[in-house]
Amino acid sequence: MDHTSTLEKVIRGVLITLVVIFFMFPIVWIFLMSFQTNESILRIPPSVVFTPTFDNYIALVTGEMRTAAGSLQLDFMRNLWNSVLLSSVSVVIALILGVPAAYAFARFKFRLGEDIAFTLLSFRFAPPLLVLLPLSLYFKTLGLTNTYVGLIWVYQLICLPLILWIVRGYFEDLSPDIEHAHRIAGYSWFQTFRKIAIPLALPGIAAAGLLAFIFAWNNFVFALVLASADKQPVTVGALAFVTASGIQYGQIAAAIIFSIVPTFVLAMFAQRYLVEGLSLGAVKG
Amino acid sequence: MTTSAMPGRPAKQSRFRRKALPYLLSLPALLMCIGILIPFITAVYYSLLRYRLNLPAMKGFIWFQNYLNFFTDPKFWNTLKISLVYAGLTVVLELVLGLAIALLLQKRTRLNNFLSILLLLPLMTAPALAALMWKLMTNPNFGILSYLVSLLGFPDMKWGSDPATALFTVTLVDVWVYTPFMMILLLAGLRSLPPAPFEAAALDGVPRSFVFFRITLPMLMPYILTATLFRLLDSIQQFDIIYAMTQGGPGDKLLVFQVQAYLDFFQATNVGRSAALMIILWAITYALSNVFIKQWLKLREKAHGAA
Repeated sequence: MDHTSTLEKVIRGVLITLVVIFFMFPIVWIFLMSFQTNESILRIPPSVVFTPTFDNYIALVTGEMRTAAGSLQLDFMRNLWNSVLLSSVSVVIALILGVPAAYAFARFKFRLGEDIAFTLLSFRFAPPLLVLLPLSLYFKTLGLTNTYVGLIWVYQLICLPLILWIVRGYFEDLSPDIEHAHRIAGYSWFQTFRKIAIPLALPGIAAAGLLAFIFAWNNFVFALVLASADKQPVTVGALAFVTASGIQYGQIAAAIIFSIVPTFVLAMFAQRYLVEGLSLGAVKG
Repeated sequence: MTTSAMPGRPAKQSRFRRKALPYLLSLPALLMCIGILIPFITAVYYSLLRYRLNLPAMKGFIWFQNYLNFFTDPKFWNTLKISLVYAGLTVVLELVLGLAIALLLQKRTRLNNFLSILLLLPLMTAPALAALMWKLMTNPNFGILSYLVSLLGFPDMKWGSDPATALFTVTLVDVWVYTPFMMILLLAGLRSLPPAPFEAAALDGVPRSFVFFRITLPMLMPYILTATLFRLLDSIQQFDIIYAMTQGGPGDKLLVFQVQAYLDFFQATNVGRSAALMIILWAITYALSNVFIKQWLKLREKAHGAA
């Protein structure tokens, strides 16, 4: 198969370069912007030559933005903290609930079992606003509007189906023989689950957790409907920040970089499992 | 007497416990989500009401009037049309581009593996934040893209705020975010194809276009179908990118289902209409997801072995 001509190699090289430019350029450009002052951002023609400044990041971290008109309070760190809290607690709860359920679906054939599994899957595909809008009225009555508890609860809609179906695949790939042997040796079901099944499926469980974290972190609409400023994660916070700060473009860019770097780092850790996770366990990488 | 399970004697476990175990394991997850079924039923109920938050006195049961009103409501047909156009346009573009990139990166070299991971970064970006990034780049005052297209002879391109280019702009962001999804799934598909037919074709000197259309594409079809339906399901519900970029504007240019329902609810406070819109979207996604799940299960069986 390997008789590719030089011309073809060149064409391939050019095409790949174009693809990389298209997909990487926005990230690189916003990254560069986050180290520029507003004057240098507004310069025409735009230039990649500038003296980098950390002012934008410092302003975000200290929560104080100095402008010609005086200083302005920002609370973007709060959004960042909200994102960390909402995503990590949601994932932990989804793992506690989802891993045993995934094990049940993988190991036992039981009445209604598949129905329950598919019901949970169907939450992944229903339009979120269908439930969110009535839920926002219920949350008012229940006092759950703008609470972490309420948000973490609805975040289960993102995390649980994902974890359930990915981890189920991992359990199904493990041969049940080791577990049977362990049971025959006299250990209880729970001991077998904890000492054999979970450790063997651990890489898959960790990958599913990382992926669920990324999806929870990237979610926008749940908090847009159910939370106010002090509980909003970065996705909603960044949008509000644009409206509030108006023309502080450098800081908007820095806020975006702050918000996307965590998911990029986690994606690197989970990269081997990304294909399987993104396809909910249907395709292996 | 009840037989309680003795430690060290699992064989004597009661039948009840053995039968109940899978339910006990899976019910907490289900219960957590069952709270979601209640608002779903409420949404169905709301869609049968005349219900405006600003006119509580007018609240009343009107059966299917909200749905019937849609027939004569040009705003509804606009929503349906925009949603379908948006979903069709983005998914077709992403499929073609994603397949092309997957073919470029098919060979397992170090560079290709590295690039395929690098290209996933847009997919790991929150769609709402991706829209903000592109908003900064298309700002008419300093946006780099506005500057670049002005060099190409379009000095006053208004991107998302011009009715003529708004759809193009959000499609561009959607393609940027989701093409990597198609790419990575199709790449995994391509790499899992058995090599024998390709080797035979190469030996026989079969033209490459023939190999592509008669061998690669048909063998890849399960992956293409699953990835396309997956994207279609998400794309017809797109909210984040459009809302963050233009809030559904300019005018009614980008009022897709979820954006329209959001505005009906929070701006027009017309709960009944908003709920009816969401039920119609749900019906569409439900039908699609049934087709999708069949395809998805087939692939899943292949991935996890028929065992």
